[in-house]
Amino acid sequence: MVISFLSALLILAGLVFFLGAGVGILRFPDFFSRMHAAGKGDTLSTLLIIAGFALYQMRDLGDSEASVSAVLVALKMLVIIAFLYIASATSTSALAEAGWEDGNDPVIAPKHENRLAGPPESRTAAADLNRNSTHDSQP
Amino acid sequence: MTFEHFSIGVGVALLLLMIPAMCRIVMGPTTMDRIVGANMVGTKTTVLLVIIGVIFGKVDMFIDFALTYALLNFTGAIAAARYLRHKGRRGIVLASTSEESVCERA
Amino acid sequence: MEKKPSSSLDYALVFGALMLLWVILSGKLDAFHLSLGLISCAAVTWMSGDLLIGAGSSLGLARRMVRLFRFLNYLLWLTWQIVLANIAVFKLAFAPRTAWQPHIVWHRTALTTDLEKFLLANSITLTPGTVTVRIFGDMLCIHAIDDVSAAGINGEMDRRIAHIFE
Repeated sequence: MVISFLSALLILAGLVFFLGAGVGILRFPDFFSRMHAAGKGDTLSTLLIIAGFALYQMRDLGDSEASVSAVLVALKMLVIIAFLYIASATSTSALAEAGWEDGNDPVIAPKHENRLAGPPESRTAAADLNRNSTHDSQP
Repeated sequence: MTFEHFSIGVGVALLLLMIPAMCRIVMGPTTMDRIVGANMVGTKTTVLLVIIGVIFGKVDMFIDFALTYALLNFTGAIAAARYLRHKGRRGIVLASTSEESVCERA
Repeated sequence: MEKKPSSSLDYALVFGALMLLWVILSGKLDAFHLSLGLISCAAVTWMSGDLLIGAGSSLGLARRMVRLFRFLNYLLWLTWQIVLANIAVFKLAFAPRTAWQPHIVWHRTALTTDLEKFLLANSITLTPGTVTVRIFGDMLCIHAIDDVSAAGINGEMDRRIAHIFE
């Protein structure tokens, strides 16, 4: 009973964070800000909901014959969670980089120095690095 | 109220909350916006598969589908990112041109 | 395989991890499935065992355990940061438009290896208000959504990651 309540709590928290991500992806002004909503809200809400269901799977560990498959399912959910931990942030960064290369310009807030062109101290050094690093993507 | 009823409610709520992401897929000014929205819908489809498994009492079967779907979704996002970054290739021009285009938009 | 002298400990660890994954995913503990798992895990370990855990590193088992423990500790801290990040995104999503100050900041990191930079970039993406856009050598191009989160990029995370590996 307590475990069901806890897992329901986790799932509801995940839904709330997903609501935040959905509103964010609609309202934010440019592509990069939307990546914040998509990258973070999506990750944590998925983690929380799947963790809630994994916790619910563990509810009747006392039964002898049902417990092995229940533990296996919970372990597989943990594998999904571990995979999402790595994959979600990686795909967020990869998509942000692709958006940058594709020519999306971020909206820069007024009163902020426009540092899109390069690091503040050495723009030419960054340009050199950039020119070198454009070839590294080929296998 | 059993947990199955609760799961159905969670599934419906998840489907409703996917609507903003789908709006972003339809409206999105750039291709990357659409891909981000599709990625979000795909991640939540993983969760929906788990919920369907709970509702039908066959989690041990549907969890494999969910795992595969998560892997495919990640691969799809990476593939789209790789494809599009070779299409545009703007990063080489750093100093002059990009600054002008930002100034006129900001 | 005459590429690099990876230690046999490396291969043993990779094999163990793959076998654990096999058992979890297959879920069958009879002799037939376990022997299939042994064969395929051995084949994968033989072909690409030096990819998973840094090739050629000659660290003892105790050092690796310490590393693993510190990494798990770091993951706990990171999870808490993700929760904070989501609360921040939730607030920002419902905030008026004047609350957003999106801009780009650059951060120079002292970390050198690819794995450390990968960890740093992922962590920055998952912590409040910042997303890593690109890595140029040792400069990270970071999109910050407001001034407070931009001030959070101050090298503390670099220190935490360096602490894992040393």
